[in-house]
Amino acid sequence: MTPRRRRMALVLGIVGGVSLAGALALSAFRQNVTFFFDPTQVAAGEVPAGERFRLGGMVTQGSLHRAPGSLEVRFVVTDFSHDVPVSYTGVLPDLFREGAGVVAHGQMRHDGTFVADEVLAKHDEKYMPPEVARSLKKRHGQSRADATAAPDPSSGDSRPPPAAHAPPPSAGT
Amino acid sequence: MTWTWFHRLGSPPYVYTLAARLTPWFAWPAALLIIGGLWGGLVLAPPDYQQGDGFRIIYVHAPSAWMSLMVYTTMAVAAAVGLIWRIKVAHAVAASCAPIGASFTFAALVTGALWGEPMWGTYWEWDPRLTSELILLFLYLGYMGLRAGLEDTQRADRASAVLAVVGVVNVPIIHYSVTWWNSLHQAPSVMRLAKPTMAASMLVPLLMMLLGFTLFFGAVLLVRLRGEVLSRERSASWIREIVKA
Repeated sequence: MTPRRRRMALVLGIVGGVSLAGALALSAFRQNVTFFFDPTQVAAGEVPAGERFRLGGMVTQGSLHRAPGSLEVRFVVTDFSHDVPVSYTGVLPDLFREGAGVVAHGQMRHDGTFVADEVLAKHDEKYMPPEVARSLKKRHGQSRADATAAPDPSSGDSRPPPAAHAPPPSAGT
Repeated sequence: MTWTWFHRLGSPPYVYTLAARLTPWFAWPAALLIIGGLWGGLVLAPPDYQQGDGFRIIYVHAPSAWMSLMVYTTMAVAAAVGLIWRIKVAHAVAASCAPIGASFTFAALVTGALWGEPMWGTYWEWDPRLTSELILLFLYLGYMGLRAGLEDTQRADRASAVLAVVGVVNVPIIHYSVTWWNSLHQAPSVMRLAKPTMAASMLVPLLMMLLGFTLFFGAVLLVRLRGEVLSRERSASWIREIVKA
């Protein structure tokens, strides 16, 4: 082995070793790296009881209700197999939409309502959290398009359906 | 095929003059592409149907984030070449990359935070994508700190090269963080195998910005490389001849 080959093997060994160590560490801490839990994980009791955690999923169409005269809002977060009702008092971010992704930080109340003190909008490039699509595929064999299409026509929302990656209205002019 | 052109790249005087010759070929197209991309992105492109005009920060954010990864990869490859073949110019390239990459990373983090506040509702979250990008900034800063801390250039080259090679593991983690884990950050719209999920009128300026930023990096790297070569070879006779001329 020439010195140059030895150095080459050394560099490759460093990259390989660190990759392996990184992969092992990240898979060991998978739970901690994950930013939020979906409603199915909550229903399965994967969330430690009585602790604060983040709940992620899609806001069910037509589930948003505002209490008149206050900042309190109620909505339902779903991954299309389980639902969690959420209550929140505060200002919602710009991208908060029915039928769009959301991440709420808070605590489960005994009556099964998730009381959030922080609500973040998750802007997916497909307008749907990937894990929702994944659990959909796993649990119902449904395609992504089925899940995101068909917005509630009664909501009076004139926006295009969330699944459309179609150009915005003024594109191509 | 002869390899003389390749071996000449290991010669500091040759690289010094070559870098000077190449710089305008990167700088001018970069300036035109960035001006064109900004015009297309900030003026011509339609507002997004969800985000309105707020989405336009993508024209700085996405190219900066893309460059933060590309510059790191360039730096790590140059460092590995320097380690294996003991080429000083390769170490000089790696050393020149670090401050550029750190700046792009910083720009990506700041523009992302400014966008995140109105859109997500938060400047910062300890999310896999955001955290791994912050680690990238620390890798750059650590690399620069390590170099600055070692007096002897050769020792600084080797120690910092090992750090650069070790840190390259973070690059795929950043890119795939949004698909491997539940993340607040959206998945890639352009840098993916399938068709981009973006309208053409918005996409074209973004691609111009990406190419413009890449060429801008090339131009700045060449300028920095000349400075790096000059300072390393400060006692060499070829420099005295250049100074006299």
